Amino acid sequence: MLEIKNLHVKLEEEDKQILKGVNLTLEDGKVHAIMGPNGSGKSTLSYVLSGRDGYEVTQGEAHLNGLNLLEAEPEERAAAGLFLAFQYPVEIPGVGNMTFLRTALNSQRKARGEPEISAGDFLKLVREKAKSLKIDAEMLKRPVNVGFSGGEKKRNEILQMAILEPKMCILDETDSGLDVDAMRLVSDGVNALRDGTRSFLVITHYQRLLDHIKPDVVHIMADGRIIETGGPELALEVEKNGYAALLDKHGIAQEMA
Amino acid sequence: MSAVEKMTPAEARLARVTLPEGMGPARRAALDRLVAMGLPGRRDEYWRWTNPTDLIAPEPVPAAPFVDDEPALFGDVERLKIVFRDGVFDAEASDDLALSGVEISRLSEARDVNWASGLYGTLETAGQTPVERPFAALNTASAEDGVLIRVTGKVETPVNLIYIHESESSDAILHHVIKLEEGAEITVLENGPAGARANLVMEVDVAKSARFHHIRVQGRDHERRMLTGIFARISEGALFKSFTLSSNGALTRNECVLDIVGDDANAHVAGAALGDAKTRPFHHDDTIFITHGAERGESRQVFKKVLKNGAQGVFQGKILVKPGAQKTDGYQISQALLLDEDSQFLAKPELEIYADDVQCSHGSTTGAIDETALFYLRSRGIPTEEATALLVLSFLADAIEEIEQERFRDEIVTRLEGWLARHRS
Ligand SMILES: Nc1ncnc2c1ncn2[C@@H]1O[C@H](COP(=O)(O)OP(=O)(O)O)[C@@H](O)[C@H]1O
Ligand SMILES: [Mg+2]
Repeated sequence: MLEIKNLHVKLEEEDKQILKGVNLTLEDGKVHAIMGPNGSGKSTLSYVLSGRDGYEVTQGEAHLNGLNLLEAEPEERAAAGLFLAFQYPVEIPGVGNMTFLRTALNSQRKARGEPEISAGDFLKLVREKAKSLKIDAEMLKRPVNVGFSGGEKKRNEILQMAILEPKMCILDETDSGLDVDAMRLVSDGVNALRDGTRSFLVITHYQRLLDHIKPDVVHIMADGRIIETGGPELALEVEKNGYAALLDKHGIAQEMA
Repeated sequence: MSAVEKMTPAEARLARVTLPEGMGPARRAALDRLVAMGLPGRRDEYWRWTNPTDLIAPEPVPAAPFVDDEPALFGDVERLKIVFRDGVFDAEASDDLALSGVEISRLSEARDVNWASGLYGTLETAGQTPVERPFAALNTASAEDGVLIRVTGKVETPVNLIYIHESESSDAILHHVIKLEEGAEITVLENGPAGARANLVMEVDVAKSARFHHIRVQGRDHERRMLTGIFARISEGALFKSFTLSSNGALTRNECVLDIVGDDANAHVAGAALGDAKTRPFHHDDTIFITHGAERGESRQVFKKVLKNGAQGVFQGKILVKPGAQKTDGYQISQALLLDEDSQFLAKPELEIYADDVQCSHGSTTGAIDETALFYLRSRGIPTEEATALLVLSFLADAIEEIEQERFRDEIVTRLEGWLARHRS
């Protein structure tokens, strides 16, 4: 279970408050979506939860299955089952995708006191998962994300998720830059990981991803807060009317969005 | 005071130079050159960033040999081993100097009738203009040992020059001459620290369509001081490729002077240097000069340094394109990854172009570990130190890629990983 309470975050280097009291409880096995205009703080929330530098938590807390996320190193959070599919996956020249995946998996296993996976088992695992995401062997051999198209990068994020088998997956705009086919591949990949216990926090600007990955709960975020929470119908409402009406209702100036 | 006491260290060093037998005229000419130019001082343009004092001193600064527990480098490769112990040929430890397609002899046994006498010191002499390289002249004059290698065919088996350092005060001066006849091919491997102080010169004549591969690993000794000079002449359609891995070492200066004299020739030189000055100093200098004197030549310089705890790196690289060397393609990149704020990288990239239809580019960067990439790796569960090591390998990848043969590339990567594992945080 992910529990975020009254989370306030500002930039470390600047006097700029970005999250202004986020509350969110995500139970095991559930899919929550966060929608919201650009600049509302969605990515910031995902970064703070996964431990990126540059932010200062001024108030509030966040726990994942009892682990105080805000005090743990990013690698500890990962080993505890947190995974962030990046909005902009990072290119790492000179490091093979396979090396990267194996190092990540074994690091997590080691941190959890589990034995390392054998080279043979690892190969089998990757081949199987890659196949369902239509990731070819060539892409696995290349350096991490280097020369990948936008869609390939996003599929590679889902591949990592499939291999690392996290308990809590945060997807930050995984749909951005994807065409219809790529979106289907990615959504199918995510849906295949829905097993009744794994949880998802799906951040998206548009409703269309939620046609494929059906959320249990939809939150609307604006100006660093969750301003509305509802069922899937809330996403449809936003799709139809845009964010303007909602922002108005909560007295948030449009230029904030 | 006696005359000796009044001498400067440089004068004392010059006064001690003795000329071994063989290659007499070349040695005497080298000594004349040396006396005329003198040993370098800090005011010399190319010695501003590297202090030559320890290289000039009449006696080497004592340096403890380093004993490592790693398997022998290139140990899995079938190769012809030629071993020098503190700068002296070790017949016992060396293989028979017999290899099909190659003639190998020792410099110390060569008399003036040898094929090499017309070559010994020639390329070094050519490399003295326009920038003087006094230590190379000193080497030509006084080197007592080395190998003379004449390659007549395509040789599969690499020749491995192995330099062992055992004595705390050894002063190794070795001079090799390698001549590749038309269409010949060979790989020369060099590894080891060579001595407490070493001055190693290699002259390489690459004839038409010949291919020369060179991979060098300069040992793990922390205290050794080393100066190397490669002087190569690259003829029409020929290939020269050299890669150097340096880790540790109180002082390293690797000079490489490449002269493209025939059309359609390739000259590639690359290096990866890793230094951690936590317990002992590390200073590493690559000084390169590539001259394009013919058409459609392609040259590449790819140098990467990883520096931590106050380690120092220097790169001085020049591309000179002579009049008429049209369609030259010259590329140069030098980059340093500083793992802390105490380390320092100084770079002087130079281009001098006298032909109008050429393509030359150079770049130099100094940077720290990319925080975004580091976070990406850590977010996948990879601990900081391991993630940093991966990013260092990522940084070095372009230089390693310059090694053509995969088996050597893999071996170099293994050594890099070993170094990174030993130098975490
Ligand atoms: N590192 C940063 N430096 C400067 N501004 C930032 C930084 N991170 C976030 N912001 C600002 O915080 C606000 C929220 O950004 P973000 O979390 O990326 O929003 P979203 O993902 O909802 O589009 C924006 O105004 C953005 O410009
Ligand atoms: Mg965002």
